[in-house]
Amino acid sequence: MLDHARRVDEGNYDKNALQGKILATLFFEPSTRTRMSFESAMARLGGTSLSVGSVEACSIAKGETLADTIRVVSGYADAIVIRHPKEGAARLAAEFATVPVINAGDGAGQHPSQTLLDLYTILQSMPIDKIDIALVGDLRYGRTAHSLASALALYDARLHTISPKGLELPATLAAELSDKGMEIIEHDDLNDVIRDVDVLYVTRIQRERFPDSASYFNVASNYRITPEHLVGARDHLIILHPLPRVDEIDPRVDELPFARYFEQSRNGVPIRMAMLMRVMQ
Amino acid sequence: MKKTEAEENERLLVRRIKNGTVIDHIQGGEALNVVKILGITGTTQEALSIATNVPSRNMECKDIVKLTNRELSKEEVDRIALISPRATINIIRNFKVCEKKGVEIPTLIEGIVRCPNPGCISNTNEPIQSKFKVQPKGLCCHYCDWVITKDLTSYII
Repeated sequence: MLDHARRVDEGNYDKNALQGKILATLFFEPSTRTRMSFESAMARLGGTSLSVGSVEACSIAKGETLADTIRVVSGYADAIVIRHPKEGAARLAAEFATVPVINAGDGAGQHPSQTLLDLYTILQSMPIDKIDIALVGDLRYGRTAHSLASALALYDARLHTISPKGLELPATLAAELSDKGMEIIEHDDLNDVIRDVDVLYVTRIQRERFPDSASYFNVASNYRITPEHLVGARDHLIILHPLPRVDEIDPRVDELPFARYFEQSRNGVPIRMAMLMRVMQ
Repeated sequence: MKKTEAEENERLLVRRIKNGTVIDHIQGGEALNVVKILGITGTTQEALSIATNVPSRNMECKDIVKLTNRELSKEEVDRIALISPRATINIIRNFKVCEKKGVEIPTLIEGIVRCPNPGCISNTNEPIQSKFKVQPKGLCCHYCDWVITKDLTSYII
């Protein structure tokens, strides 16, 4: 998939590969990047996208089950991209759909298409095998971190985690990764590890996870990446973030050679073009 | 051959049944959970006898469940293996043991256990049954990958 995305990125693809095909984008949670990049990918391949607009505008708001919605939409499109607030929603959708289903995020579960573009972005800078990567932020509810950590277990990567108390990587996921042979090292402070990592993956700490604004700001400020944190970092370090960011990365970091999050976001298009071709051709 | 004290106690505690199912060698203290997992409620018509923490030759202590006039299917009894893998099932017809079998841990269990994850799609009004893969580490939710490693009985539906 990553090789395919690279070829697409280099312009080696049929611009009418998905002509006549229709993609349904069912987003029951807000999305900017994921949804737009799927729609952009579809358009670049000559296909069409359908969507329901907001959740309030669709039949789910009338009490229809997801299973029924999926059965209906299967008749309108050649593939479905779904984002839903419940974990396992995409798996349920796949059971009821008669067309391929792509998970674009299920609650605090997984976000596999983001992981593919994360891996593709890392690969643009270095081989993925045996990298040292630090995951910073909300690792408990952050689905991008879950999917990326699972994928990196295939690459013999060493995982460093830095997260606020209560927002650590879920114990069952950590145990599963350890069973696969992944070394996971927990740190209290980013400064302990910044000199030892090849990739710094920053995720958003969500305000709603805290009882009040004061405790959120207190914690969030301790996890904010500034140019001062990066003194002594490896020359080839790259900083990734699934975006949107709020306060996690100081805008001054954008000007440093380490920052790759906007390229990462752009990479969503070639990766999703490769995915759509895989499921619809 | 003279019966052992344990066998004599067992005989006194639970009478023979004419027809039905005897579930023997249940792990001590788990009989009520076995009844629960089999879906046998207080509204059942069958006579039900339960003996708990009976001394046993092979186990420190065991529970026994006797259910009259009902023969449990293999699928039903295999559910028991989740909480009592050493249990044995005896199908009784006219006071004689016609079938005797152990329980096998199923690879997939559906509709018996609810997912503890409140965010799981299986805990909504969707037209699905809960589904768990039985793995060495515990029961893994088919939908959200949550793993139940302990207190399984508290999640029985």
